[in-house]
Amino acid sequence: MSGVAELSPYLVLILVGFLPNEVWRVLGLVLARGLNEESEWVVWSRAVATAILAGVIAKLVLFSGGALATIPLSVRVTATVLGFLAFLAIKRSIFAGVVVGEAVLVIGGFFFTP
Amino acid sequence: MPGPHTYSSASAAFFGGIKSALTSVFVLVLGGTYVGIGALAHDFGFSSTWLALSTLLVWAAPAQVILLSALGAGSALIETAIAVTLSAIRLFPMVVALLPLLRGEGRRFGDLLVPAHFTSISMWVESLRLLPAMSREWRLAFCNGLSVGYMGTAVVFGFVGFYLAAGLPPLLAGALLFLTPMSFLISTARNARVMVDRLALVLGLIIGPLLAWYHVGLDLMWTGVIGGTLAYAVTRLREAFA
Repeated sequence: MSGVAELSPYLVLILVGFLPNEVWRVLGLVLARGLNEESEWVVWSRAVATAILAGVIAKLVLFSGGALATIPLSVRVTATVLGFLAFLAIKRSIFAGVVVGEAVLVIGGFFFTP
Repeated sequence: MPGPHTYSSASAAFFGGIKSALTSVFVLVLGGTYVGIGALAHDFGFSSTWLALSTLLVWAAPAQVILLSALGAGSALIETAIAVTLSAIRLFPMVVALLPLLRGEGRRFGDLLVPAHFTSISMWVESLRLLPAMSREWRLAFCNGLSVGYMGTAVVFGFVGFYLAAGLPPLLAGALLFLTPMSFLISTARNARVMVDRLALVLGLIIGPLLAWYHVGLDLMWTGVIGGTLAYAVTRLREAFA
């Protein structure tokens, strides 16, 4: 923590939080110049971003951290699958899917958490 | 879908965006996520002002969690910066896919700096869903309003979590954390209307955990490159032979 103690916490936020994060947005801004939405690069970028997002989602459910990790894996997976099925069944509503998924998670977590 | 997306002025489009943000399911998701982040900031001894500023400047929940826990645990600054930048790679293809939707007559390069900074998962998912149906004229103002709505929600709930920190029961804390994967899965699936996006979603769900399980370095970046490229190639090949 010695390095942090010497620098102001706000300077640390800029150098270690803001800049390393923002560089990818700026890079995207520079590279997106002159591309239109039907461009093959844009279609490919959307596929890459979607796959990364899917990877993040799967990792959050399967390798959970924090308080979610105390709920058993089988309950987390069941809640995700049933929430998704509810979304498909109930007028493709995000809200319905999230409510059903959360309800299954809380009920399952209540009964099956050791 | 709401009615025809037309507005009388740029400020009407901006407020339309704020309204759209505040009435979407992502308000719940961001609220839940930032209550968790606020509690984390409190537990690691950061100030609530620092947390709010990190939401405005970093504006990416995974990076903020890394930043709080690494700095709070006393990790080296350079190590923390590397972890943050690795978590942020996804922002690059997201910006490339989003900005062409926002371009229009009289838009200068500088105008796009703002939405580029605002790019985050919730805003990206909603923009890709709503903007194509909207006249180009109003897209930028709408998108900025949408982002301000989401960012404001995150800042407010960050404070709520910070001051509520003590005593969230574990099951409730777990349910708050579950909001993120559940809502992102459904909203990404709803947005995936063409085959290339659907395939990328399914491949990412499979490849992501596999690479993580085998401890492959930069697992999410490779998930994106492999899953996205495979989805793109399969779709184009199928079209070529159709």
